[in-house]
Amino acid sequence: MSWLENVRISLRGLNANKLRSSLTVLGILIGVGAVIILVAVGTGSSQAVQNRIKALGTNTITVLGTGRFGRGPATTGTQTRAATLTAADVGLLQDRTQAPDILTVSPVDSTSVTATNGAATSTMTVTGTTPTYIGASDFQLQAGRNLTSSDVTAHTRVAVVGTTLVSDLFSAGANPIGSVISLGSLQVQIVGVLATKGSTGNNDPNAVAIIPYTTAQDRLTGYSASFSELIVQSRSSSDINAAESEAASILAGANHTTVSALPFNFLNEGSLLSTSQSTNQTFTVLLGAVAAISLLVGGIGIMNIMLVTVTERTREIGIRKAIGAPKSAILGQFLTEAVILSLIGGVAGVIIGVAGSHFRIVGVQPVLSWQSIVEAFGVAVAVGVFFGFYPANRAASMRPIDALRYE
Amino acid sequence: MAIPPPERADVAVPPPEGADIDVPPPEGPPRRPVISLRKITKVYRMGEIEVAALRGVSLDVLPGELVSVMGASGSGKSTMMNILGCLDTPSSGRYLLDGVDVRRLDETILARVRNRKIGFVFQSFNLIPRTSAVANVEMPLAYAGVGARERRARAMAALEEVGLADRAHHLPNELSGGQQQRAAVARAIATNPSLILADEPTGNLDTRSTHEIMDIFARLNQDGRTVVLITHEPEVAELTRRIVRLRDGLVLSDESTAGEHLHASDMGAR
Repeated sequence: MSWLENVRISLRGLNANKLRSSLTVLGILIGVGAVIILVAVGTGSSQAVQNRIKALGTNTITVLGTGRFGRGPATTGTQTRAATLTAADVGLLQDRTQAPDILTVSPVDSTSVTATNGAATSTMTVTGTTPTYIGASDFQLQAGRNLTSSDVTAHTRVAVVGTTLVSDLFSAGANPIGSVISLGSLQVQIVGVLATKGSTGNNDPNAVAIIPYTTAQDRLTGYSASFSELIVQSRSSSDINAAESEAASILAGANHTTVSALPFNFLNEGSLLSTSQSTNQTFTVLLGAVAAISLLVGGIGIMNIMLVTVTERTREIGIRKAIGAPKSAILGQFLTEAVILSLIGGVAGVIIGVAGSHFRIVGVQPVLSWQSIVEAFGVAVAVGVFFGFYPANRAASMRPIDALRYE
Repeated sequence: MAIPPPERADVAVPPPEGADIDVPPPEGPPRRPVISLRKITKVYRMGEIEVAALRGVSLDVLPGELVSVMGASGSGKSTMMNILGCLDTPSSGRYLLDGVDVRRLDETILARVRNRKIGFVFQSFNLIPRTSAVANVEMPLAYAGVGARERRARAMAALEEVGLADRAHHLPNELSGGQQQRAAVARAIATNPSLILADEPTGNLDTRSTHEIMDIFARLNQDGRTVVLITHEPEVAELTRRIVRLRDGLVLSDESTAGEHLHASDMGAR
């Protein structure tokens, strides 16, 4: 009895109950398809998040001053003066010999204001900073010019604005460059417009006006000689950890304390990326596990239907045994049927899964992973063998006379 | 239902000792029997009750014999046939098939014995549904490992022998009862077994089909095959050379009708 013979007999058996066979196949199909699509959605959303984090610039470290989020390490008893981020710190961090891995340092002093242009108003974030901020924050100029060092030293009232501000305050098509708008009590002239940047969270990064920090401290945030944060840019993303430790030791020195006691928080974009990667991996595994359960349910469907088939065809089994079918032939016949069901389900599931992964699902563009396709298919076939074995073995172990007498 | 379940033997009195009839070979030259049953018993458990279907049957069948087994329902003839066909195993006693004790054979070998040595014909034909006549006949050959082309040729030859070659590709439900039984006989002889066992092969057939089937059995017997068939129709039994009668799980009589053997076609002429 060749395996081809088995396949032919099994196909004939399956064909005799088309509806039942196709429903069983559907169970496996849904399982395999779900695994492939859900893993693709997980991978896709993970990649999307990582791309957004990369868009932030993977070579920047944000140094947060004390009290900014209330997360600074507690100061020791001997330390009476709260450490702050000052313009002097900015100068120290830009020292090439002390901090060879640091490319730029941009102080940030930001506040929320109501921007007005005539009758139009909008709530904006005003960021007081230096010219390097735009590059470090992965912004790009769409039109006009960046801030300059002389703007900073001269306290010039100029602003580079985001596209949300432009669309909120200006009519469509109007050129905002050269216009004067009010940021709270401060009147600034728009000198540049930023290109639209992707959102990293709930905040709109384009609802922003970037002005020299000197101007901001004069008129908006109040002169305090300290910044809420510093954006430190390393020379490359591989230098980011070196840049972080250099920045930490310089700031510790400036504040007469140790690195561990330094009351600043360092947000390293690189570590943010790896954290999100592992989070998303967990998420993907979870999605895959949920889908795998449906594959298991599909397998139980195969077992169920094979048990029904064996019961239904007990007499046929008896006849086959009476004319000399050995146990192995009966086992092979029913096992082949189960495996054919799971194979068809697996192939159809892969087709559905691959096709389904080409559509956007809940705002995520799924990314197919070969591994999930191979695994889902393999598990489907294994499920067919596993759940098909018990019914097949039951058929093969029947005594011929009992099978023949079965009604 | 080809084989009725064993019915309760209502006889309470056990048979007297020595009631078993050891049948001596009917002819002189000592030939080894194809079938040799020695004190075969078969007890079925039906819940709490034990039912003895066979209570010590001994029987020898020599090669080339044409034997009919008769008896009322419940006499144990079907049980005996199932044991002869290696479909069932006796509770005690010895069954030598071609001199080999079948109790010693494992399942795989028994399957091969059923496949090569024995051709079994059932009362209810037992063709596999939705499978053409020729495919049914090919089945034992497939289990015997015969290649596809030779299998088809041999199946067609077997159908030719029973006069059903023209309906080879019909499904069982497209065949009449007589045709289905002829297909079943073709399946039984496909692997060219030396022993044909038939459990009431004409039980579900009309007179005409009965003649056809008995003609085939007579011809198979003339070709040298041993044929044992169960019947409760005396006119069918009369066509055989030897009639074994069972009652209550024991052999009641074993008579040779040698010399009075009629050709099946004579039956209808009466």
